[in-house]
Amino acid sequence: MTYCDIAVIGAGPAGLAAAAAAREAGAGNIIIIERDKEPGGILNQCIHNGFGLHRFGEELSGPEYAGRYIDMIGGEGIELRLGTMALDISPEPEPGEGGIRRKTVYVVSEARGFEQISASAVVLAMGCRERNRGPIFVPGDRGSGVFSAGSAQRYLNIEGYLVGKRVVILGSGDIGLIMARRMTLEGATVLAVAEIMPYTNGLSRNVAQCLDDFGIPLYLSHTVTNVIGSGRIEGVVISQVDEKMQPIPGTEKHFDCDTLLLSVGLVPENELTRAAGITIDPRTNGAKVNEDMQTSLEGVFACGNVLHVHDLVDYVSAESERAGRAAAEYLLKGAAAKGEERIIENGANVGYTVPQRFDPERISKSLEIFFRVRKKIRAGEITVYSEGEKIAGFKREFLAPAEMQKISIPKVLLDRAKGDLTVSAEEIAEVN
Amino acid sequence: MKEMVCIVCPRGCRLKVDEATLEVTGNTCPRGAEYGRNEVTRPMRTVTGSVAITGGIHPRLAVRTDRAVPKEKMFDIMNVLHGFTACAPVKRGEVLIADVCGTGANVISSRDM
Repeated sequence: MTYCDIAVIGAGPAGLAAAAAAREAGAGNIIIIERDKEPGGILNQCIHNGFGLHRFGEELSGPEYAGRYIDMIGGEGIELRLGTMALDISPEPEPGEGGIRRKTVYVVSEARGFEQISASAVVLAMGCRERNRGPIFVPGDRGSGVFSAGSAQRYLNIEGYLVGKRVVILGSGDIGLIMARRMTLEGATVLAVAEIMPYTNGLSRNVAQCLDDFGIPLYLSHTVTNVIGSGRIEGVVISQVDEKMQPIPGTEKHFDCDTLLLSVGLVPENELTRAAGITIDPRTNGAKVNEDMQTSLEGVFACGNVLHVHDLVDYVSAESERAGRAAAEYLLKGAAAKGEERIIENGANVGYTVPQRFDPERISKSLEIFFRVRKKIRAGEITVYSEGEKIAGFKREFLAPAEMQKISIPKVLLDRAKGDLTVSAEEIAEVN
Repeated sequence: MKEMVCIVCPRGCRLKVDEATLEVTGNTCPRGAEYGRNEVTRPMRTVTGSVAITGGIHPRLAVRTDRAVPKEKMFDIMNVLHGFTACAPVKRGEVLIADVCGTGANVISSRDM
């Protein structure tokens, strides 16, 4: 058995930021468990720029952003275990010394075999993975040439293989848009991007700089209705969909292509979380957390894309630093005296919030809430109600499901709340 | 009047640029105004890509231009990257190709390898 203060699972942007912040907050013996052969996570293959404007005030590429955090975890107090897979987390039945309920993390690696790591606190930072062909029921032949956009990105940017020459992309998430540009620059022809929703799921700037710059057509309210080819695929058919997202006969468009990329969403990778019996929020597919990013299991914190899928790594870093500091605080002070927990409910047009609950006694300056709206709203107001009384309002010019929103409720306003909160996005005028 | 989405930051402001006076509206920061003016006179982009590398843990090394370059030079720069091979070790920020395609921009490494 190896003993440590904090075990961080995952050395992507969330795990790196949590570890660095925990050390700064006074934790001494931190182990980061990473299954890949290098730290940095998905940022290593996100070689495009646009990262870090919030966090560093400059525009960096993914590997540069990761590099800065890799530098931050160097030195005493943080051990990085590469090539190591976390298998299970099991909490001690009762709190021990200092009111701390220790957890055992079971890991396996080629270098050391099977091991048990006992930690006072655990930070879950396993990230997410791509949704693939199965769950979205793409019909047609099962030929080769169908890739998730992120796999194609890894092949191209890390391994050096361009996966196809004539490409159709299903889904307009950011990874799909970025890959449309990337494959075009490397000499492939991207024939179409099809999006089943009437709006794009990526950032508007990515539509501008990845599609419009290269004249790549975007078909909104369209989906793939056939894939043709039994060896390598030879063509893809897309069709327009109606309001119920059913394909409309007669609207088929055929593209001769050898590759179909899927950019159809990301799913937090919570197998460890579920197995540990931690409560999952079905809206985020991540753990339910409080204002400290603490899950339902005391001393276990979650941050980054394993908690909810983010659009910007800068927000992942900020959230993970909070989780890291809270893990250090748990270690140094033990479990905080439990105050009265309040729930944050989803009101009109709000799909989820993180955190889902908070303890007003533990808020010193303000309560930050991340959330997504369910539909596009131009000129809206984000309102916060408690027991029928409005305690805060935030005007926004533009709200879209693809862009995560953040509000910060100052303590003075929060103190007016007498019970649970309801966050809503109310439209003043709506488009689409 | 030309309408466009600003690409300077993730916010994606919807800009309107008067092509005659170069007046920009809809921006929420000075960088957006500059982007809007450039976009109708001389559009600029940062190019990101990868080059071959020998002796590294991966076969490809991520690189980028250290500043924005004229948009019409993007494919010329890609051609230069295709013909270039780096040699490990390389440091993040190290200049690999100076003044690429006469743009005044350098191609730098995005990571240590």
